Amino acid sequence: MSMKFEFPEPSREGAVCGNNFAAGAPGDECATASALPASPPADLATPADPVEVGRRWFLKAATVFTTTVLAPGVTLMAFGEVDGANAKPADQPVSSARRWGLLIDAGKCQDGCSACVTACQVENGIAAPTHPATDSQWIRILKATDPENGSTFQMPIMCQHCAEPPCVDVCPTGASFRRADGIVLVDRHICIGCRYCMMACPYKARSFVHEPLHDQKPYAPRGKGCVESCTMCVHRVDAGGMPACVEACAKTGNGAMIFGDLNDKTSEIAKRVATYRTTRVRADLGTDPGVYYQNI
Amino acid sequence: MQMTRQWTTLAIAVAVLACLVAGVVTGSALAGPPQPAKGKGEKCVAPTDWMRRYHMQALKHQRDETVHEGIRTPRFSLKHCFECHQVNGADGKPVSVADPKHFCRTCHDYAAVRIDCFDCHASRPGEPTKTGQAMDNPHAAASADVATLNRYLEGAKR
Amino acid sequence: MARITFQKLEDHSPLFWGMLGLHAVVIAIGLGAFFYMEHHGHIVTGMNNAIVWGTPHVFAVFLIVAASGALNVASISSVFNNLAYKPFARLSGILAISLLVGGLMVLVLDLGRPERLTVAMTTYNFKSIFAWNIYLYTGFLVIVAAYLFTMMDRSMAKSGKATKFMGWFAFAWRLALTTGTGSIFGFLVAREAYDSAIMAPLFIAASFLYGLAFTVLVLLTMCRETRQQLMSEEVVSKFLNLIIIFALAVLYFTTVKHLTALYASEHHGVEAFILRDGGIYTQLFWLGHVLVGNVLPIVIAAFLSGKGKLFTGRQGLAIASVLAILGGLSFIYVTIIGGQAYPLELLPGMKVESSFLDGQIASYVPSVPEVLLGLAGISIAMLATGIALKVLPFLPHGVEAEG
Repeated sequence: MSMKFEFPEPSREGAVCGNNFAAGAPGDECATASALPASPPADLATPADPVEVGRRWFLKAATVFTTTVLAPGVTLMAFGEVDGANAKPADQPVSSARRWGLLIDAGKCQDGCSACVTACQVENGIAAPTHPATDSQWIRILKATDPENGSTFQMPIMCQHCAEPPCVDVCPTGASFRRADGIVLVDRHICIGCRYCMMACPYKARSFVHEPLHDQKPYAPRGKGCVESCTMCVHRVDAGGMPACVEACAKTGNGAMIFGDLNDKTSEIAKRVATYRTTRVRADLGTDPGVYYQNI
Repeated sequence: MQMTRQWTTLAIAVAVLACLVAGVVTGSALAGPPQPAKGKGEKCVAPTDWMRRYHMQALKHQRDETVHEGIRTPRFSLKHCFECHQVNGADGKPVSVADPKHFCRTCHDYAAVRIDCFDCHASRPGEPTKTGQAMDNPHAAASADVATLNRYLEGAKR
Repeated sequence: MARITFQKLEDHSPLFWGMLGLHAVVIAIGLGAFFYMEHHGHIVTGMNNAIVWGTPHVFAVFLIVAASGALNVASISSVFNNLAYKPFARLSGILAISLLVGGLMVLVLDLGRPERLTVAMTTYNFKSIFAWNIYLYTGFLVIVAAYLFTMMDRSMAKSGKATKFMGWFAFAWRLALTTGTGSIFGFLVAREAYDSAIMAPLFIAASFLYGLAFTVLVLLTMCRETRQQLMSEEVVSKFLNLIIIFALAVLYFTTVKHLTALYASEHHGVEAFILRDGGIYTQLFWLGHVLVGNVLPIVIAAFLSGKGKLFTGRQGLAIASVLAILGGLSFIYVTIIGGQAYPLELLPGMKVESSFLDGQIASYVPSVPEVLLGLAGISIAMLATGIALKVLPFLPHGVEAEG
């Protein structure tokens, strides 16, 4: 039979699992192997655009969240916008209206703390490094010493999500790319593993996966033979959340990391970058990083 | 001389035929076409015949949109497939692609088409991301966060 | 001037079959090493997140640089009209093709996902010099093949116009290719050892030397195989002179590169590392690249070869070429691996350390699979050349050797 390749009409009845999956919303009835209701849940029974239904559910969940647990909401909102209304609608492409960025205050980064590193490993399914030479490290704590007077400080460093990324320039296939909203990613479907981007990155942000991986997180695919780096938890960001490292830092009480939209003049991060003296690592290279630092 | 050539031709023909017969007899064709496990729900996100033929094109189109533009509609998302198309093992938990019962392997093993999606992708549904968990279970970190909030507000006064 | 005639290799000696057999075995082992690395991942190699390009890349870049230089002899005859080199133009062309194929094979087989070669050949980011290089390399193969055709096809060779045109085209393309290869490193702002426009001319000078070395060694081996003098005394002394000139050019560009870097205190760290404190890299730089690779060949070619000297012209040529090749491998090793071993400057003026080995000199030990893969690249080039010489008349007829 000859079938022209075109997308068929979305089926409107009977699709149980598609309905509440907008933008990573949890609580799917399908998520576990338990028995399913014979017919769709009552409030989802009316055939509707799955995305619209998802959005309604999302806003409901967000309202519940913010009204019943105000304190964590305020805390988390201070470190980065987290509420359902901020989630990008699933069917909309990202736009350059936003530029996601981080602001890290090295002065608040406590010696010996590596909560951000652990959170990243847990979130993205990265094993804690046992072989530092070959294990992937998306974020790491950099300990700096001034050779003149011996003073020290530490700061987390990760992919700087540059606006002029050298890694994007050198990638032969275009697998290393910058999303419109500023997040620099590796499209592992077209990465050939040549590692040229690793040569080009001034921040040593990229890792190469040296061995076969198993049990990856469904929202953070990664595998042997491709290059990877900090994704700024793009799966969380698209759902209106903040990166795991920022959240973990907030939970420790140090509050050294802030996430937000640098283009939004009303956001906490934009206000701080405009108010305080901030700097960026190797700003002289002209890469225009999206990660700002204070007190380095 | 001609007799030898005729015998040689016959011998080669018989050998080829024997190989073909052996292949058919021992091959999986005799076991019949693959029977992938039925997914959850009444129907898939697209007609079965269409999916059989075009699932890779749909997945590839989706992956480009998701990775490059952040479009995360669930319809043809690989992660979403497993919400319905998970196959449970003996322990009642979904099997990974290492198990021949895995949904994708049922057909792909038969057709001898290697899939390398799962070099990187998880082949069974997992826990939702932590953001989702927080939304799902808003009371989880309540007490710890009040203390955090106080410390932050203290610090912000400086 | 007597008409130049060409020959195919016939009446093979045990040496010929022995060499082909040896190369075939090395290739088979190299492919086995490739499967081993591809199956287990790069964890089985000495490469890591700090030294991302290792021994395979050293061999691959060396072969690619030598390939573009191997075309030089043909270019001198077609472009610069030096008829003394015309008999060797065909060999020069086929050697350029085989060396490039050998180098590319090693490069492709070391990819993290070599099965995606088709992706690499259809999806391009044209801001990347790597993407341009894919076109430069494949284009080189096609252009040199066409160039050979114009030299070997009777009607085309007779008029000589097509040969001249293709000769110029191939020469220009080869310069672009070597520039592109040097720019792979020269375009990297992140690495202190590289970020410099001089990488391109340095690689061009190096390509002249290594390409000539390979051409000469193949010719000398074929002299033994055909039991003829394929090179006249005049040509031998011309080749010796070329070795001197090319090695001097390499030394010149090397000196300029390092002197300029030494002038800026910003670069003192990396220069001290390469030139003094780098252990194996310092040794390979001074002993391998400078002494063995350039100074000794100059001394041998200028003062120790010829009538009444320590070596005959041909002996001197052979020794100088072998030394140049060893020096070339040293130079590429120091460039690629030494350049990566030096840590990135994240916070200028500060000392840094981390769990990701920031601030430390990265360590690298070549692993067996990598070396085997690299050697297989050389063998692929040599095996292809050997077979080509047998199949088509690339070699010039020579004078019967005495004894």
